[in-house]
Amino acid sequence: MKAFTTKAAAAAIVVFARAVTAVRAIWPEEGLPSRPCVYFANHSSHGDFVLVWTVLPPRLRRQARPVAGAEYWLKSRLNRFIGRDVFNAVLIARERDQRTEDPVTQMAAAIDAGSSLILFPEGTRNQSEAPLLPFKSGIFHLVAARPDIDLVPVWINNLNRVMPKGEIVPIPLICTVTFGSALRLAPDETKDVFLERMQTALLALSPKPAGSGE
Amino acid sequence: MSAASSDLLTLVAGIFGVLILASAIGYVLQQRLSPNGSNAAIENLNARIKAWWIMVILIGIAFVAGRIGVLVLFGFCSFAALREFVTLINTRRADHWALAAAFFIVVPLQYYLLWAEQYGIFSIFIPVYAFLLMPIISVLRGDTERFLIRIAEVQWALMICVFCASHVPALLTLNIPGYDGRNVLLIAFLVIVVQLSDVLQYVWGKLFGRTKIAPKLSPSKTVEGFVGGVISATLIGAALWWITPFTPVQAGLLAFIITLMGFFGGLVMSAIKRDRGIKDWGNLIEGHGGLIDRLDSVVFSAPIFFHIVRYWWSL
Repeated sequence: MKAFTTKAAAAAIVVFARAVTAVRAIWPEEGLPSRPCVYFANHSSHGDFVLVWTVLPPRLRRQARPVAGAEYWLKSRLNRFIGRDVFNAVLIARERDQRTEDPVTQMAAAIDAGSSLILFPEGTRNQSEAPLLPFKSGIFHLVAARPDIDLVPVWINNLNRVMPKGEIVPIPLICTVTFGSALRLAPDETKDVFLERMQTALLALSPKPAGSGE
Repeated sequence: MSAASSDLLTLVAGIFGVLILASAIGYVLQQRLSPNGSNAAIENLNARIKAWWIMVILIGIAFVAGRIGVLVLFGFCSFAALREFVTLINTRRADHWALAAAFFIVVPLQYYLLWAEQYGIFSIFIPVYAFLLMPIISVLRGDTERFLIRIAEVQWALMICVFCASHVPALLTLNIPGYDGRNVLLIAFLVIVVQLSDVLQYVWGKLFGRTKIAPKLSPSKTVEGFVGGVISATLIGAALWWITPFTPVQAGLLAFIITLMGFFGGLVMSAIKRDRGIKDWGNLIEGHGGLIDRLDSVVFSAPIFFHIVRYWWSL
């Protein structure tokens, strides 16, 4: 029964996300890695991981788990149902002093179990005018622990205009999700160099903003 | 069977004949010249023909479903076109409620007014009421950054995608003596002439095009394609007089006006695309780009065609 309701909820979310955003995926030439990998994306809206999850081909979608803040997704019954049951999110505690488990260990365990991760290395939603916030170091510690994992940059475009923070009615604009070529941690790469390289790779996928012709 | 439905049937049979012929030509071309999909022009042609089939079938279903079907179809087209347009314009957080109103109030209301046959309010709802209310909603947030540009762009999006486009189904509301129950054929006349004119301009241009007509806007448009397309679409329009309330000469004249408006509509919409730095409005229709790429010439010709018919033929 539970399996059925989560499947139905997942299907309804996909249909809804597609109806509102007419989302279109742009794939890298060589396609996505078929082995478990880490999709890392820009973060400006609550719907970000839903959109990435929606456009992934079903086979890859089934093994993908978003990484999300525990306090938000355990807040209410509905949040718990969506976060834990439907999306099977890897829930990590944001506040350091409330942690019982190390987030990197949690993520590494999910990868070891054969899952892919959808990760937002900015750590929080970007409400600024800057295209990207500085990356948190968690993604580096994760790949340092699992150096042979593929990292796929994913640029989510326009969703912040569909549903800006604090708004309740979505504007049905067209969104795109652009996947880049897979990257890996280079041997002896330092944290700063690695994070810088990941940010550059992600930014390279962002289109010129609408109205840049002026 | 009434004369109206037998005319519609003849028309549908004719359109299917043309599409079957086009599909056959596309198939032969592909077998001969592009068996492994290497010729981009032929692949694009076949994608377009396939999309044509879907569009004709959708319009056909709407016609069979009657007035409500046509209104729902064009209401959806307006919604999808507005979404393509607004995706590409300058909007800010402060416009959120104005945009929500555009999608969820203006679009349904404009088509509801057609359903209720309220011509008086239908014809001024967007140019007057939306024109004044949209900036009021936006200004309440107090964001003045690029304010004029923002409200002008939203207004243009509504005029093109909703106001102009809704004049196609508005043809159903005209009351033309001796033409009862056949108004849907006016829509067919308009759509067939506009779309054939686009296709014929393309074909003439490919065959004989030498002189570019607007190289900065649209490098594929040529004088030869334009002249050939306009003349042949005008003749086809005249030959379709039997589905309209017009004489053959009147039908040809109206087809000529429709074709010209369609051509310049295409140019204007190209200029907007250039300005935004994009090639297509969207990706809704394979081989055609976005919905607006297919609708641009229809939206410019529809209000003019509607008002000419309303002024001289309707009660």
